[in-house]
Amino acid sequence: METKTKITGAHAFMQSLVKEGVDTIFGYPGGAIMPVFDALYDYDKHINHILTRHEQGATHAAQGYARVSGKVGVCLVTSGPAATNAITGIGDAMLDSTPLVVITGQVSAPLLGTDAFQEIDVVGITQPITKWAYQIRRAEDIAWAVARAFYIARSGRPGPVVLDFAKSAQNEEVEFNYEPCTFIRSYIPIPEVQSSQIEAAAALINTAKKPFALVGQGVLLANAEKELKAFLEKGNIPAAWTLLGASAMASDFPLNKGFLGMHGNVAPNMKTNECDVLIAIGMRFDDRVTGDLKTYAKQAKIIHLDIDAAEIGKNVIPDAPVLGSAKDTLPALTAMIKEAKHAEWIASFAEYEKLEFDKVIQREVYPESGEMTMGEVIHKVSEATDNKAVLVTDVGQNQMMAARYFKYSETRSLVTSGGLGTMGFGIPAAMGAKMGAPERTVCMFSGDGGFQMTIQELGTIMQEQIGVKMIILNNHFLGMVRQWQEMFFEERYSFTNMLNPDFVAIAKAYKINGTEVHKRDELDAAIADMLKDDKPYLLVVNVEKKGMVFPMIPAGACVTNILLGD
Amino acid sequence: METKLYTITVFSENTVGLLGQITIIFTRRAINIETLSVSPSAIKGVHKFTITIFATEDVVSKVVKQIDKRIDILKAYYNTDEGLVFQEIALYKVATDKLLELGTIEILIRNHHIHILEMNENFVVFEKTGHYDETQQLFNELSESVGVLQFIRSGRVAITRSKVERLSDMLDNIQEKYGK
Repeated sequence: METKTKITGAHAFMQSLVKEGVDTIFGYPGGAIMPVFDALYDYDKHINHILTRHEQGATHAAQGYARVSGKVGVCLVTSGPAATNAITGIGDAMLDSTPLVVITGQVSAPLLGTDAFQEIDVVGITQPITKWAYQIRRAEDIAWAVARAFYIARSGRPGPVVLDFAKSAQNEEVEFNYEPCTFIRSYIPIPEVQSSQIEAAAALINTAKKPFALVGQGVLLANAEKELKAFLEKGNIPAAWTLLGASAMASDFPLNKGFLGMHGNVAPNMKTNECDVLIAIGMRFDDRVTGDLKTYAKQAKIIHLDIDAAEIGKNVIPDAPVLGSAKDTLPALTAMIKEAKHAEWIASFAEYEKLEFDKVIQREVYPESGEMTMGEVIHKVSEATDNKAVLVTDVGQNQMMAARYFKYSETRSLVTSGGLGTMGFGIPAAMGAKMGAPERTVCMFSGDGGFQMTIQELGTIMQEQIGVKMIILNNHFLGMVRQWQEMFFEERYSFTNMLNPDFVAIAKAYKINGTEVHKRDELDAAIADMLKDDKPYLLVVNVEKKGMVFPMIPAGACVTNILLGD
Repeated sequence: METKLYTITVFSENTVGLLGQITIIFTRRAINIETLSVSPSAIKGVHKFTITIFATEDVVSKVVKQIDKRIDILKAYYNTDEGLVFQEIALYKVATDKLLELGTIEILIRNHHIHILEMNENFVVFEKTGHYDETQQLFNELSESVGVLQFIRSGRVAITRSKVERLSDMLDNIQEKYGK
């Protein structure tokens, strides 16, 4: 009789990760996860573990890794405070549909529910902000739970999964049998395309005189960039992108008409309320895109392509819903639409583009005098990387400016916290992005506020020599809040000015090269110095203190109510 | 939009923590659950939740989609009262001496089709099944005449009138199409 050798739960867990193809883990050890970390010590040939300086950093790094690589990001942390520190990244990944598997240690099974040391109800806390949260209490559940976790995280509309791993199950011995998960009967990740829905949508597009497409992250998540291009080109349909849809179309693609929403471009926002058929592709009509729903695209027939049935009709009720993956629905739609020109309609965007250039872009990106602006720094960095870099942002003015003025030539080139808007996302997400795309240049823009929320990750960058290019757009203010105070709170600058440390000196303490720029004529040389090799670098640029992000649609206002700041 | 009572039916796998996942979705939108009952369904390993809420159809449809989206939920749908055969059960504890003083026990029992579950020198326990209004009416009558010592009403249990696809057929179809 054949007897299988038994191994510990911790080793079974490591073997499960190897079977899932995990090669990178971002983590932080501690009491309740020590058996797994001990097993990890034997897997250094298979798995590269990056020790971050805080569990939040581990989650954002895993997000950055997942977003650029398309793979599942993996975090390994202990119980209690480690798990609660990971919550921000888990919530961020939920709102931005990022595939993550976060493993938290947990107290031994007999201690569960007794308020044991570093015990917290991780499954209870994370259920509302995960696709799936599961507690492994027995070693025999490990292989099943890991297989299911990766399947759920990466399939369909991706998202975070939490595995809460009791310490006793890490130590228990178990026979190891691994089978990948390919099917869960209560979960259909990719709905079957319904031809009636395709026909109805195609019929609307074929009668359209002024069609307009809105491109969301669904296109990137489905790897449907080519299918999108074929669809738009056949119908000559102008298109704009949401924040997370950035880089699904190259910046120089002729039908790419720019960035949607609150700080987006004038033309696509105005055209939303002028088009006759609005085609939303893998986007969720977020309030930062739509503004006031009562006045949003009321003149248009609306087509909504999405993989998630709960998104269809959530904010905007479509005339033609199309359920399915963009990878399937776009080609089906392309086959049924007629070739069209729409030359006059497409040309009509130019008037708004000129208006925006004259009123906003000229002074933001090409200023000839006065203090440096955020826009010009971002523009120069983008050009210096030949528009090929991965852009990572923090949150706030730096994020909106970077999204507006960075240029994209490759897909999966923007990593940003869109839904949750997490300050402090920038540094760790950039580390993860560089690990996920080591051959690419990764440029991270942050404000002086957000940089200090996860500044300790400079230690991780030092230890691992992660070649991220960090740029602080320093205005000595929490700039976006300050902008709102100026515009909507009678210039009452309540707790938004910051006395900042010498950031370059801090970087130097972490053995990271850097320089600080005060004058415009120093900028080009500093950028060239930053990009001359593949080492980590911090560039601090002192920009105008009271810079504003325009255009701006005030929160909850009609999408055509665009302030240009003139 | 008009608010009315909707009955939500949820079929799920029998896993730990599903009730929490469902209630969170109501909590986020500040919706009160009026009644809730959970039991195994006719299919082995499948649990059935019957939940009633007051909401507009717009809200209930979105909430049901968000419930259906959870990984271990097999199917979720909603109905108004017209689409359902439904029932509730209520228990009433009253003092025996007061009930005897009343002198009209037979009429009470006939009118309300009361079952007597327990009777002793101190108290009597009545059981009544019916819709909310019916069990409430008996409560009101007893409160006014003899007083109610304890009262409990169950959550609603419901069966649909429509000829919807049977869950077992749906599961077979899914297994056939995706489970290979």
